Amino acid sequence: MQTFDLAAQGLRALNQTLHGLNGTTNQTAWEVVNPKGSHAIAVGLDAPIDVTVKGSTGYYCAGMNKQATVRVKGSVGPGVAENMMSGTVIVDGDASQYAGATGRGGLLVIKGNAASRCGISMKGIDIVVHGNIGHMSCFMAQSGNLVVLGDAGDALGDSLYEARLFVRGSVKSLGADCIEKEMRPEHLELLADLLKRGEADHLAKPEEFKRYGSARKLYNFNVDNASAY
Amino acid sequence: MCGIVGLFLKDPKLEPRLGELLTDMLITMTDRGPDSAGIAIYSRGKDGHAKLTVQSADPDRDFADLPEKLGKAIGASVKLAQKDTHAVLDLPSDRLEAARHAMREIAPTVKVMSAGEGIEIYKEVGLPKDVAARFDVAHMQGTHGIGHTRMATESAVTTMGAHPFSTGSDQCLVHNGSLSNHNGLRRELIRQGMTFETQNDTEVAAAYVSHKLQEGQNLGQALESGLDDLDGFFTFVVGTKDGFGVVRDPIACKPAVMAETDQYVAFGSEYRALVNLPGIDNARVWEPEPATVYFWER
Repeated sequence: MQTFDLAAQGLRALNQTLHGLNGTTNQTAWEVVNPKGSHAIAVGLDAPIDVTVKGSTGYYCAGMNKQATVRVKGSVGPGVAENMMSGTVIVDGDASQYAGATGRGGLLVIKGNAASRCGISMKGIDIVVHGNIGHMSCFMAQSGNLVVLGDAGDALGDSLYEARLFVRGSVKSLGADCIEKEMRPEHLELLADLLKRGEADHLAKPEEFKRYGSARKLYNFNVDNASAY
Repeated sequence: MCGIVGLFLKDPKLEPRLGELLTDMLITMTDRGPDSAGIAIYSRGKDGHAKLTVQSADPDRDFADLPEKLGKAIGASVKLAQKDTHAVLDLPSDRLEAARHAMREIAPTVKVMSAGEGIEIYKEVGLPKDVAARFDVAHMQGTHGIGHTRMATESAVTTMGAHPFSTGSDQCLVHNGSLSNHNGLRRELIRQGMTFETQNDTEVAAAYVSHKLQEGQNLGQALESGLDDLDGFFTFVVGTKDGFGVVRDPIACKPAVMAETDQYVAFGSEYRALVNLPGIDNARVWEPEPATVYFWER
């Protein structure tokens, strides 16, 4: 286990050190102490390493992650795991707005609540939130899966493309073109796997969720609307 | 982008440290607003006394005979304590309104930053650390305080354009965001008798809240009304003599983090601003909900 003291050594040194591991390494376990809400901790990683941040972070923690596992023993600011490509990010506390935005792959787990715009424009990432999510979540989400054990705020899945949304609690309101859909056996199977990987299989069962998806009425050009352009 | 910090103390034991804690929080938010900074500090007033905090671009010229001139104008004894470009005028509380009006006549180049029994406001152009040092904010005591670091978008970078804005006795407001209906609302408030010093959007929000308080609403009700009447982006933190309020617009893209312990309620635009507060590791930390009013009163 390598320990990095962010207060003493600084953010740039941390990220340069972690980027230096891209390719091959035998130093796979890292611990970052004294994060003190700093921005851009462990961004742009591209190695199968395991980084644990001992405290809360600011903006963009673990953004653009590839391969790495980043664990945050606290809460995260806006844009955690933004544009993640692969790997895993696990947040023990809450996440601020636009968690997992534009993520293309990998798994983001938030054990507390996520604020507004969770999974906005997601493109393949899987997001599991143990608590609630805020308004405008999964706006224009294109693919991937969002699982919410708690409640969802206003305008869930507005202008949704093909992402699958699973919510166990209440949904305050659905956004334009987002509808409740039938939960078929393949969805229950998918959900069981997501709950397991999201460390939530002891907290909820797939049967307790509802599935939401796109009505597919908004995102194809409709000639009847031509006069509106 | 702007930075906001706020601290409302529940435990009187922390009151001697209010300025020190707020200064640290303010400087941490320099990245969010390096062009000017300001701070409102509320302290326990002396019975029967009120304070007028004033500012001048030429303090040596303007402050020398100010207590004498103001004292004569309001028929009372006035004491002046200068801090850099600002000064606090101590006077009888029943003469506060008269003093505020008299200032325009007797010292037109002196600007009133705040008036009230508890409030003092200090604000200037420059880096937060320099502004805090000029006024020695770190050594101020008090019950609650609000600070702001400004990155200007809606009006010029001037002393009067810096936050906090105070438009009523013992009231102040700071803002991260920008309003889109402030010109219309300013005209309406002028018709209702409110006065304005700047073209700044935030001053309109401050005057709006003051106007609602004048109409008899409490701080929570005034902020609720603001959700209906103010259009634009905002995270506001508001101070009154005994209260401290927070509200975000329904879109809530301007950041906000709050922390509460038995000793205090704290606000920061980012968690970074809160990390050196005593007991923060065991505080309840949360993000205020959109379109939801939070307020604490003593």
